[in-house]
Amino acid sequence: MKDRTLRGKVVLAGIGETTYYKHGQAPASEFQLALEAILKACHDAGIDPREVDGFSSYSNDRNDPSRIAAALGLPALRFSNMQWGGGGGGGSAAVGNAAAAVAGGVADCVVVFRALAQGQFQRFGAAPPVATVAGELAMTFPYGLISPAQRFAMRVMRFMHEHGVRHEAQRAIALASYHHAQANPRAVMHGRPLTAEAYDASRWIVEPFRLFDCCLENDGAAAIVVVSADRARDLPKRPAYLLGVAQGSEHRNAARAHNAPLYATSSFTTVVPRLYDMAGVTPADVDVVQSYENFTGGVLMSLVEHGFFAAEEANEFLRVDNLLAPSGRLPLNTSGGNLAECYMHGFELVIEAVRQLRRESTAQVPDADVSMVISGPMVTPVSSLILGGEATL
Amino acid sequence: MAPTATGRYYLPAGLPAPVAEPDGLDRPYWDGTRRSELWVQRCNRCRTWQWGPEWICHACLVSDVGWTRVDGRGVIYSWERAWHPVHPALKGHGPYIVVLVELPHAGGIRMLGNLLGDPQQVVTIGAPVEAVFEAHDDAKTPFTLVQWVCEPQDAAGLGPRRPRRAI
Repeated sequence: MKDRTLRGKVVLAGIGETTYYKHGQAPASEFQLALEAILKACHDAGIDPREVDGFSSYSNDRNDPSRIAAALGLPALRFSNMQWGGGGGGGSAAVGNAAAAVAGGVADCVVVFRALAQGQFQRFGAAPPVATVAGELAMTFPYGLISPAQRFAMRVMRFMHEHGVRHEAQRAIALASYHHAQANPRAVMHGRPLTAEAYDASRWIVEPFRLFDCCLENDGAAAIVVVSADRARDLPKRPAYLLGVAQGSEHRNAARAHNAPLYATSSFTTVVPRLYDMAGVTPADVDVVQSYENFTGGVLMSLVEHGFFAAEEANEFLRVDNLLAPSGRLPLNTSGGNLAECYMHGFELVIEAVRQLRRESTAQVPDADVSMVISGPMVTPVSSLILGGEATL
Repeated sequence: MAPTATGRYYLPAGLPAPVAEPDGLDRPYWDGTRRSELWVQRCNRCRTWQWGPEWICHACLVSDVGWTRVDGRGVIYSWERAWHPVHPALKGHGPYIVVLVELPHAGGIRMLGNLLGDPQQVVTIGAPVEAVFEAHDDAKTPFTLVQWVCEPQDAAGLGPRRPRRAI
């Protein structure tokens, strides 16, 4: 069944982003931001927006594809897809779903997007204004276990306990993201460098996460155009081919009230083998990684589960110099990512992965040819993808 | 009720109150807490323990999932100390501790709760804890939370004493 692969069948042809704002500071509505990013992505791909015939998103994005299609005056809408699950776990999967639609002949030109204006809606980091809760929330909210940071801290705490991981490993991830953001004028934290001392002095949000272990909350939008690889030669920019994509989670990962049998994971253990199998590469082939940081602890678990080092090697591997472009062992989150560029639910990470292959990153890894994105650790489902340049086909 | 940092309840009033699900799936649990009892699911056919509640047994897929009263003793599986107030009721309060407790005698299912006592105490994964029942009788719809306290070690260091009767 060699046909059952997306390897090399589509390209990520165009990328588009709005300005990234602090939450509540966007001068436009979320829907306007979505349209702006979509139009920019089409322009970047050299594709007439009227060619778009499908949309793919994730995390209950509020911007209905039919309304977008009406706003853009599309002649026909052929694919409307929403990846299940909250958080950023669907970032790579949404690209995979678009790719499957294009490769399978369901649609020809699918835009994957995510738009967020948290000033316009409920903030993720704050409790929703409800008097009563039922179901799983009834087992968590009354104990002050409410926010995403609080939901995931205990998984990371258990992981660090099982494998002897020290806080310095989390710190290195935060410092690498902030370091890369200083070269990136798009980054919300551009011009706001972070030192180890400032990290250590920052307040606890919930142990084991300090302030700088936690992602930002932002307003903005990001979009990517996916078309068939047959069109790669006509594109104005160097093509980024999808080599592999996988989504899912482990056995009973969603068992309520923290009863996932395999608790101390980022949920990728059953996803990763399929990812590498489709992509036809190994961890040693990966030149640069964008790994979703809801919290730094999720990144360290993700990198372990994607095979870059064993959990017991985390303290040794996760040192800042190993994580920096251009020459670290594993350049990580080269735009600044969710911690320091913008929290666009991790979709800015997919865009940065494309930039690395185009040689357009502000923290470029020389000759990067295999570029990975890891989306949304510790939620379910999670997803990840691997992009490659032409030489990898 | 064990002494707490804030008096009557471990956390300030005003957090969202738990209610049973409209479909009744978890009602035996919440009703049990009102009697200071801990009830969880166990399959009547294959005897698999199951928590949180589901409509069918995840092991043998029958719908004959029973409910069993379990002893409120366990060990700390993981924990966190929360500092940042994410809810208006928590402003000016904190830190506070949330624990995930494993019940080895009930198939290793896990339950959540606050660890009562000093919020700055050292928390040890693997430490024995026991359930206590924090009744919110003055709530609009009264409810009871399962909370956890460290089991006292006896003076000779011979391990935990028999658990006190939960109140």
